[in-house]
Amino acid sequence: MSVTVTTPARRKNYLNADYGIKSWLLTQDHKRIAILYLVSITFFFVLGGVMAALIRVELATPLGDMVEPDTYNRLFTAHGVVMVFLFLIPSIPAVLGNFLIPLMIGAKDLAFPKLNLGSWYVYNLGAILMVAALLRGGTDTGWTFYTPYSSTFADSEVILTALGAFVVGFSSIMTGLNFIVTIHRMRAPGLTWFRLPLFVWAHYGTSLIQILGTPVVAIAILLVAAERLLHIGIFDPALGGDPVLFQHLFWFYSHPAVYIMILPSMGVISELITAFSRKRIFGYKFVAFSSLAIAVLGFLVWGHHLFVSSQSIYAGLIFSVLSMLVAVPSAVKVFNWTATLYQGSISWQTPMIYALGFIGLFVVGGLTGTMLATLGIDMHVHDTYFVVAHFHYIMVGGAIMGYLGGLHFWWPKITGRLYSVFWSKISAGLIFVGFNLTFFPQFLLGYMGMPRRYHSYPEEFQILNVLSSAGATILGLGYLLPLIYFTWSMRYGERASDNPWGAYGLEWETSSPPPTLNFDEPPVVTTEAYDYLAMRDKKTAA
Amino acid sequence: MSETITPVRTYLVVFLALMVLTAITVAVAFFELGPLNDIAAMGIAITKACLVILYFMHVRHSSRLTKVVVVAGFLWLLFLIGFTMSDYLTRGMISMQGTIG
Repeated sequence: MSVTVTTPARRKNYLNADYGIKSWLLTQDHKRIAILYLVSITFFFVLGGVMAALIRVELATPLGDMVEPDTYNRLFTAHGVVMVFLFLIPSIPAVLGNFLIPLMIGAKDLAFPKLNLGSWYVYNLGAILMVAALLRGGTDTGWTFYTPYSSTFADSEVILTALGAFVVGFSSIMTGLNFIVTIHRMRAPGLTWFRLPLFVWAHYGTSLIQILGTPVVAIAILLVAAERLLHIGIFDPALGGDPVLFQHLFWFYSHPAVYIMILPSMGVISELITAFSRKRIFGYKFVAFSSLAIAVLGFLVWGHHLFVSSQSIYAGLIFSVLSMLVAVPSAVKVFNWTATLYQGSISWQTPMIYALGFIGLFVVGGLTGTMLATLGIDMHVHDTYFVVAHFHYIMVGGAIMGYLGGLHFWWPKITGRLYSVFWSKISAGLIFVGFNLTFFPQFLLGYMGMPRRYHSYPEEFQILNVLSSAGATILGLGYLLPLIYFTWSMRYGERASDNPWGAYGLEWETSSPPPTLNFDEPPVVTTEAYDYLAMRDKKTAA
Repeated sequence: MSETITPVRTYLVVFLALMVLTAITVAVAFFELGPLNDIAAMGIAITKACLVILYFMHVRHSSRLTKVVVVAGFLWLLFLIGFTMSDYLTRGMISMQGTIG
């Protein structure tokens, strides 16, 4: 039997509304700007990944036989700087947040489209400064730029790298400001605060951190530059300064920065868990307010990075207790996601595999975080691989799992195409296994006393280091696969329907990909968030 | 939201107040007041900042949300300074032998 397929004329959408490089570089459409960010951060993810690969190859043998110690310092600094400032911080907010927030709240765009485009240019300007520093030999201070090494002794490209971080910070502030104003002012009629998707709540919390924290690190970086160039005594004791002051100023932003990475990821997970359990989230308000609680409490814990930096023991006690408190809203989220799964109609789609992987890895990262917040334990494992493993469980196991889960979930909406289910499941599995094989041995290494930031180590640590390097290879392969099948799907992927997952939310009510102004008719919201029960009844009635 | 129009006279009075406070700052610098030096300088600076925020930045007649944003900014500054000082002010409470004294 032959079937004649008539292809209806393709609908106008944001991708085919205009063509040419200029239409992209001067666009004010939040969806196109999200794609611009996607391209930029993917490039830097690969760059940071190459640095990580080189580190793991060096650490496969106990002898420092591949690179010089100084080169090794520059390698791990570049890995940290690129991954933190150029990938993790902008990842979910600038790509998925940018694309989805207006769609989720029923708006035509963000409140300040030009500011949005401006933020991408500012990001790239900062990135160029950092790459220039890298090409000129790089920086050897570690991504934390600790004084007095960075301000007095280091003869690497500290100022250029720090200036790059300073500039990129402004792009982060611009994005945060845009989100806050948009969420306050541009919600569709009927979309009250407690009907907002939890992804939006998470981004609201994230934006607060971006606005309130980033200026402080910017000032701290400027002060380092002022001391290096003008010899003003801020951090150098010889000039009347205090080196630990830098750590206070730096971590006042940089600890909350971890929540800039993990909060949006938690927002993604709330969407995924509900969509693939076909259930309203358990305890909506608790999950929503836990985002704000994490944003606020996250600002009061920075001193746990200074437990062994001559910080007063009394301040240490306060910061230790406050650090434990952040575990409460984090645990609220984890318990509520788990409770949502209970009696849900669970389907094992790729985004759900990422979501479940996130919960497991985040719990390990979070619980080891409470271990590190304990003064006595931190004294022993400070600056060891235990810390490296802990923050990678949060920043890679948490943030990147959420980012990839979100990308797999909304890819059909973003591109209008479907990707290979088979390969995506293989890659999700490889990433979960590869990640654990890379970082779990590092907990053991740290507990046994292997310090971080050394390019050689005693022979008894080799087996665990080889396991870690082998895991990194699997992890790398897991990351490479999505790059291939996503690129493939853009041209050859099957066309996606408007709501391929049968998920709940305004973004699924418009076409895939959406039109330039997002909705043909301005939406009016009459139901609660994640009302899967009503959705099912409606479908049954129809 | 209704716009409140501030009369030009108010701006002039605030401007004058800022100038007078600047003059006082300079004048105070010529006197040795011991620990009061810092308190006087900071007190005047805070008063001036409040005048600028309330009148020149129109916060006095802004919505409650704008006021919340302004207060949050200062609250966060307080967090930064307060918790940092929790370190500096208590460092001397431990003697060199490691015993609490």
